[in-house]
This record gives sequence, structure tokens and C-alpha cells, in this order.
Amino acid sequence: MSAFVQQVVNGVAIGGIYGLIAVGYTMVYGIVGMINFAHGEVYMVGAFIALVGFVALAMAGVTSVPLAIVVVLLAAVIVTAVYGWAVERIAYRPLRGSFKLAPLISAIGVSIFLQNGVALLQGARVKSMPPLVHGGLDIGSAAFPITVSYLQLVVVGVTVLLVVGLTWMLASTPLGRAQRACEQDMTMAALVGIDVDRTIAVTFVMGAGLAAVAGTMVLLYYGTIDFMIGFVAGVKAFSAAVLGGIGSLPGAILGGLLIGLIEAFWSGYVGVEYKDVAVFAILILVLIVRPAGLLGRPEMEKV
Amino acid sequence: MVADSLRIDTVGSTPSPIMRRRLRDAAIAAVVTAVMGLPLVGVEIVATASGTTLYTRFGVWAAAVIVVALGRLALSLIADALAQRVKPASAAPTAAITISGAPLTSIAGIVGLVFAAALPLLPFSDRYVLDLATTVLIYVMLGWGLNIVVGLAGLLDLGYVAFYAAGAYTFALLATHAGLGFWLCLPLAGLVAATLGVALGFPVLRLRGDYLAIVTLGFGEIIRLVLLNWQSVTGGPNGIGDLPRPTLFGLSFAPTAPVGEATFAQFFGVAYAPEQRGAFLYLIILALALLICAFTWRVRKLPLGQAWEALREDEIACAALGINPTRAKLSAFAAGALFGGLAGCFFAAKQGFISPESFTFQESAMVLAIVVLGGMGSQIGVVLAALVLVGLPEIGREFADYRMVLFGAAMVAIMLWRPRGLVSIRAPSVRFDNGAVIAGTARQ
Repeated sequence: MSAFVQQVVNGVAIGGIYGLIAVGYTMVYGIVGMINFAHGEVYMVGAFIALVGFVALAMAGVTSVPLAIVVVLLAAVIVTAVYGWAVERIAYRPLRGSFKLAPLISAIGVSIFLQNGVALLQGARVKSMPPLVHGGLDIGSAAFPITVSYLQLVVVGVTVLLVVGLTWMLASTPLGRAQRACEQDMTMAALVGIDVDRTIAVTFVMGAGLAAVAGTMVLLYYGTIDFMIGFVAGVKAFSAAVLGGIGSLPGAILGGLLIGLIEAFWSGYVGVEYKDVAVFAILILVLIVRPAGLLGRPEMEKV
Repeated sequence: MVADSLRIDTVGSTPSPIMRRRLRDAAIAAVVTAVMGLPLVGVEIVATASGTTLYTRFGVWAAAVIVVALGRLALSLIADALAQRVKPASAAPTAAITISGAPLTSIAGIVGLVFAAALPLLPFSDRYVLDLATTVLIYVMLGWGLNIVVGLAGLLDLGYVAFYAAGAYTFALLATHAGLGFWLCLPLAGLVAATLGVALGFPVLRLRGDYLAIVTLGFGEIIRLVLLNWQSVTGGPNGIGDLPRPTLFGLSFAPTAPVGEATFAQFFGVAYAPEQRGAFLYLIILALALLICAFTWRVRKLPLGQAWEALREDEIACAALGINPTRAKLSAFAAGALFGGLAGCFFAAKQGFISPESFTFQESAMVLAIVVLGGMGSQIGVVLAALVLVGLPEIGREFADYRMVLFGAAMVAIMLWRPRGLVSIRAPSVRFDNGAVIAGTARQ
């Protein structure tokens, strides 16, 4: 039983990270209607920027861990957001209104470019970092041991904070209203004076920023990254977005948590070999059985 | 379109604001590159004995920023110049290409075919050339197979490598466990791959285009992970080795034959040479590739092929016209899978050894890049793209490293400028005299 609860704790922490990436997929899908295939790579770039940040701060003699995390988080979010903006501006915006596979193929091109570009610039070998956050809380008793590491608390805390902020922003700021308007009908939104191009760009920037947070958290959590991490994490986060209902913000987080939990339980009780197979199988099953996901609305294709 | 008209207006009045705009764009590009490049280009993460440290490369970083800024400036100058020049005759080029396209490509096709068939006899074809040509042809075959799915039917399949793997492992398992030879396994491998294609396609082909892409991607990964982890059957990461090589009606290409059998060299009374096997393998893959080419060429004229192309353009209109979208899609998917399986079977026989490493997503991406760069639906284009992709690393090591980066960038560039590919020669079916195309254009 204690192992069960421990797996829940582990699953929630990793699920929060998937959820943060999934939000980027779901927001972009909601507004532009395309799968941003390069989103996983943007997350990978975010993790690399965070690693550079941590090493640079360590070389500069910064010893305070909380300060380092905050500074690196901010730097990673800002630089990765620029990546998100640039990708949208160069590879997606000119393709609005092109034939339907064009943005997806372009996104795959961006994904190949970023992945191999990082491999070329930073080398293909695994990069590692010593753990920064040690220790954790022991809750439960000797007969019922459960450990929640401080890092897991940080991950969950940051995720909750960001999701609450994002929900508030979507519900009650002019930007959020513009985003919801673009999601419903881009032409009408443009007619009532919303700058659609800017709103879409901001959406990509926000998605990239969240991916950078996820990248930083993964770096802290596992301590190792390489140029390939974006692919599997991207597919899993996309599965999370689809499972929760693509286009729905709470759905993305719920899907992320479920994927994280499934992965943790599968690793804990079945074995690590087939844990990715389980996630991919869920993705396929959801798309076949209930394409609208758990919290999404079914969509009709209009002529 | 709004931007265009604004630009024309400013061109008419004063030239200086437009130059100022270009300079501003270049400056923005420089700043963006500087920010993006600093952590990834400007520094290198290096693992040393005492821990991870950073080496700076600010020279490369500055150079990248300058190149991007100048490139952005040049690009806007070129784009503005083109916008002014091309304006009056925007519809003409398509017509010219379509009319001249057909005979030109058929001549090029015949010349290429004769050259390809005669390649083993040419003086410069040693083992290295034949091996390279065989690899190119494997990719041509995969490209042509995927072209049926992506180029003709418009279904984006990101897990094509799964069928390639299915064909390869079918041959490997049948050869090692049942002792079957290459020629018997070849149709079986194609059959297994096609069955897999139908089994996957049946539930997922109702999905929208981009969902289908993700599902096929997931399927490809599932197949690879199963191959990697099902140790007792597939050998896991160690793969399966010692696969039999193809024989010519029982004549092997080995230096010596088992008792009671003859090698190719003995039977025909020629001296044994290792090139003979290379040439034989090359001719097999050439024949297989031509089989797909002929199939595609033929099927495009049949109702089935026309249904595929119609489906790519507009699914709802197809359904309204009485075409069964699911059946049409399924047949395209199965045909693509069949040819992928044949290619996989050949690959396994050529290598004599297979492991899951040969069937990663990278491989799917490479085949997709070949199809996209060659021009979706174009046969010659796929050959050229495969030649470039496989040939580039042979020119030099540095090209091998930059190859996928260049291909990624090229995929984006193609989508921006020539969405139908570099060598797109697909003729529209119906056309008004003034050049307005009603069917076969890039429509949403």
C-alpha cells in the first residue's frame, strides 16, 4: 500500500511536467488548429538553456540554490519564448491558408532542424548535472513510509501556480479574451479589431515559456538531458493533451497527470520496458474511441 | 495580401521608408538570433573530469548573428524585387511547366532507366559504387512507397518505418526459424506488412489528417519498442544475424557452395568475384523499385488512383460523389505498407543482420523528407531527393553532420516557397483557358 501511494506521488510530479508541455500543444491547437510538432523540441531547447544557465551560475560563484533556480527559470523562459516566437513567425505564419498538411510538414522540418542542430552544436552525448535539491519530507510512519522529495514539491507547486495564473489570464484579461475569440472564429475576431497575428504569436510564446519551465524541471528532476528528449516527451505530452481533450486547458493538466500516473504505475508494477508502449497505446485508443478526449467538445468538420 | 498592397503604395511614394523597414527587420532578426544563439551557439557544454563546464564560442555566435542579419536584408530585397517583377504574369508559369513537363520527364526517365540498368556493367562501378547505388535505391523504393500514401492519397504517415521493420523481421524470423529463402519470404513479407497496414488503418483512418500523423507516429514507436523488448523472439537490441543471402534460382553468390550445390561463379564458369553479389543485389532492388514505379504510374490512371488523388484534395466532396473514403484510404495505406515491407525484406537480406536501431523515427523522417523535397506525387523528384540525401554524406564527413539540419530547414523552406515540391509535375485535371485551375490545385 505504501508503494502504491509512493507511485501516486511520483506519478503526480512527472505528470505535472507532462501537463505543462501539454498546455502548449492544447493552446496552439485550440487557436490555430494545428499540431505544433516542434513543441517537444522547444521543450528540449528549454532544458538545454536551463543547463547552460545552471553551469554558468555555478561558474560565476552563485551558491544559493533557490536564487539559481529562479534566475535560470526566468532566463530559460525568456530565451525559449523567443524560440517559440521565431518558429511561429518563420515556419507557421506564412503557411496559414496553405494546403492542410503544409503546417504539419513544416513543423516536422523545424523539429528535425532543432534536434539535429542541438546535436551538432552541443554534441550528441548525454549531458548531466549534479542534483541541486536534496532531501524530502518523510510522511507516514515506519510501517508505511512515503517520501515526497522537495523537488517533487517544487514541481507540483510551480505547475499549480502556472495553471492557476493561466486560467485567470484566459478568463479575465484582454489577452485571454482575444485568445478565446480567436479560438472561436479567427475571421470574426479580426473583424472586431483583435490583432489575430499578435494573439497567435503570444500563444506560441506562452506555450514555449511553459515548455521551458517543464524543461528546467526535468533537468532538476532527472539531472540528465540529451538532444533526443524532446521526441518522446513531446509525444507523451501530446497524448496527454489528446487524452484530456485537445483545446481544453484543464484537460491538458488532467491528461498530463493521468499519463504520469499510468507511467509510474506501469513502471512500478509491470516493468519499465513497455511503459512507453502503454502511453502510445492509450493515445491511439483515445483517438479511436473518443477523439474529443475526456473534457473536450467533439468537433465537426465544416465545409 | 494586405501587406502586399501596403508595400506597393510605399514603393510609389518614397523609397526611404521601405529601406528603413528592411533595416528594421534585419535588426530584429539580428537581436532574435543573438538571444536564441547565446546559450546554444555562444557556449558549449563540456563534461570534464571535475564536472560540467562551459566553453565560450563568441566568435561563431557573432558570425551567426551577422550572417542572419545580412541574410534577412538580402531576403527582403530579393522578395521585393520579385514581387514587382512577377506581378503581371502570375498564372503563366504553371501552364508552361505543365505543358513542357510530361515529355521532358519521360525522356529523362528513359535515360535514367537505361543508365540504372547498365550501372553494374559500367567501368567505374566497383563495390563501393554498387553498394551506394543499392542504398539509394532502397530509399527510392521507400520514398515511392510512402509517396503513394502521402503524395497521392494525402495521408501523412509518420510511422512508415514500422512496415519496413515488419518486412525485415518477417524475413529474418522466417529465415532463421523456418529456413525459408529470400524469394519465398519476399511476398510473405509484403503480405505481413500490408496486413499490418490494414489492421492499423482500419480503426484510425477516420481520423483527421494531423491526428492520423500522430497515431502512425505512435504506432511506429510501438513496433520499435516491441522489437527492442521482446527479447525471446526478436533478439532485442542484439537483433537477428546470419540471414541467408538471395540466390539466383538456387545459385548462391558465396565463394564456395555447400556439397551438392553450385555457386553462381561455378555454374556459369566464371571466376568468383565479390562484386557479383553486389551487382545481383543491386539488380533485385532496381527491379523492386521499378515494380512500384510501374504500379504507381498505372494506378494513377485507374479509378482507384484517381479516387486517392481526389481524396487528397477534398474528402467531403469525394464522399458526396460516392467514393468510399475509408476504402480508398485503406487501399492506399495497404499499398504503401506492402512496398515498405518488400523494401524491408530486401534490406534484411542485403545486410544479413537487422536490429531495432535501423527502424527509428529518424528513418521515417528521412523517408518523409525525401518525399516532401522531391515533390509529393512526383516520381523523378523522389529519385533526385534520395540521391542528394544518401549521396551528401559520401562527399564529405562535414556534410553527414549537417545533412539532417539542412534537410529540416529545407522541408520548411519547401513548404514556404514550393509546397508541391521542387520537381512537381502533377498536371491539373481540369483547367480554364485563362489558367485558373479548378481541380488539382493546392487548396485547403
